[in-house]
Amino acid sequence: MKDYDVVGRKKGVSAGHVVAVIVICLFAAFFLFPFYWMITGSFKPMASVTASSLEIFPSTLSTMNWEKLFKYPAFKWLFNSMFTAFGTMVLVCFTSAMAGYSLAKKQYPGREALFWLFVGMMTLPRQVLLVPLFTMVSKWGWLDSFEGLIFPAVGWPFGVFLMKQFSQTLPTELLEAAKIDGCSEFRTFWDIVLPLVKPGMGALAIFTFMTSWNDYFWQLVLIQSTPMKTLPLGVAGLQMEWGTDYGLLMAGGTASSLPMIVVFLAFQKYFTKGITLGAVKG
Amino acid sequence: MKKSFQAKMRDWLPGYMFLLPAMFFFILFVVYPMIKGITISFYDYTATKYEFTGFSNFTYLLKDENFIKSMQNTILFVIGNVPLVLIFSLFVSIVIYNKSEFTRSFFRATFYLPAVSSIVTISIVWKWIYSPRGGILNKIMESFGAQPINWLGDERYALTAMIIILFTLSVGQPIILYIAALGNIPKDYIEVADLDGATPWDKFKNIYWPLILPTTLYIVIITTINSFQTFAIVQLLTGGGPFYRTSTILFTLYKSAFELQNYGLASAMGVILAVIVVIISVIQYKYLSTDVEY
Repeated sequence: MKDYDVVGRKKGVSAGHVVAVIVICLFAAFFLFPFYWMITGSFKPMASVTASSLEIFPSTLSTMNWEKLFKYPAFKWLFNSMFTAFGTMVLVCFTSAMAGYSLAKKQYPGREALFWLFVGMMTLPRQVLLVPLFTMVSKWGWLDSFEGLIFPAVGWPFGVFLMKQFSQTLPTELLEAAKIDGCSEFRTFWDIVLPLVKPGMGALAIFTFMTSWNDYFWQLVLIQSTPMKTLPLGVAGLQMEWGTDYGLLMAGGTASSLPMIVVFLAFQKYFTKGITLGAVKG
Repeated sequence: MKKSFQAKMRDWLPGYMFLLPAMFFFILFVVYPMIKGITISFYDYTATKYEFTGFSNFTYLLKDENFIKSMQNTILFVIGNVPLVLIFSLFVSIVIYNKSEFTRSFFRATFYLPAVSSIVTISIVWKWIYSPRGGILNKIMESFGAQPINWLGDERYALTAMIIILFTLSVGQPIILYIAALGNIPKDYIEVADLDGATPWDKFKNIYWPLILPTTLYIVIITTINSFQTFAIVQLLTGGGPFYRTSTILFTLYKSAFELQNYGLASAMGVILAVIVVIISVIQYKYLSTDVEY
């Protein structure tokens, strides 16, 4: 970027701008601080966690809290969260990719109405379905199970909407050419459509994973036994049990947010894409 | 040439087949429970009985002090959080949208971090920060000579303390949306304005603001809807207290369903929440259809 604009005024270094950048950096520190505090807190011995002096940099470190955390089935909780999020992600991606392709590129009566049915339900707060879903799922014996965690989350209209938006950009000529070459419907989808919608599916995959990982409300009502808990739920349980053992809670908090943070930092591009794609107008 | 019905069906069938799996899950786990939920809201449905009672759940709720309080609190969460989110995300985005890719992704990531980490994590870290015993906020205040405050336990501060947490959870997505929207504004608009000697305020008022208006409306709507659904931070931090100062509609719904087993009443609350959210969505579609082209 040039330092001067066309009429010779200096660009981007006004006092107001400098102040604005400083303010944003302060806010960034404010946002990052809880994470710093949590990670260092997880390594602080009990005494220093509740010490009355202000100690921003820990003076003594210990792994006591982590050892205590793993007296609980924390690895099982981690596995439960991973399995649930991954299962939901795979199912949402495939059903949404197929439905999105169908709604964007296929011709049949009722298509518009069905699309609007999906869109119309998109903003419906899921929690409204809580009681009926809970009674349904308990009648089927799905309480405390992966079926109960995964399947109800697959009926997620946002995924269909996102994939429909994305499939609209597919070149129709290519699909017609495949048909003329005698490609079966399923092969057209599998070999031509899927590779082309991969970036959209990447965005959706990460979004679904995150939503599932953070679906605290549903997990809370569905899961009853300790070994079936997801990681956030397990940590929430520690919170109920050890309300003020902040060292242990910070270890739990670090464990339950770290996987998502790593996924986010690695795939930031797709998160951004998913968010902006989901918000496109029309 | 007219095609026979069979031939038409052959053309249509693949479309329906591809839609089927998503439709199956959608009808089974969204449409059907929704209809069922509306039905239940007209019943006196508890662990022991299931009896049609018309609108009595709704008329009961309109007079129920706890529900009215949780409704008021929910609205306070919304009107406290939405302007904060809007102003802050717009400010951050305008300052950083034309910076280097590295700067943009650094701030995008920083402000989105609370939203990606588990909500349980955010809640317990803040619980510790606010804690009257050993919480860092009070330690900092004491080092400046101020009196310690029981942030989450004091009626005067609890709601504000909770709104700050909700704010950190909410700003990530709006910032990403604004950065994208601002990046789409053609550079020559700005150059022409510069040639005309426009001040930064002129440029904001006449170029940026009108062009990002659809994004702004979208952000207002999603932030409003999300604020209406505040639950986890309440359940994990205050349990609705002190004196129902922080209980929300969803928290009250959860309590009446799973602590009192009053499913009919809980469903009625759900219906009320859904109606509010649907009204907001309708307004969304109305405004978004007046689209700005660029």
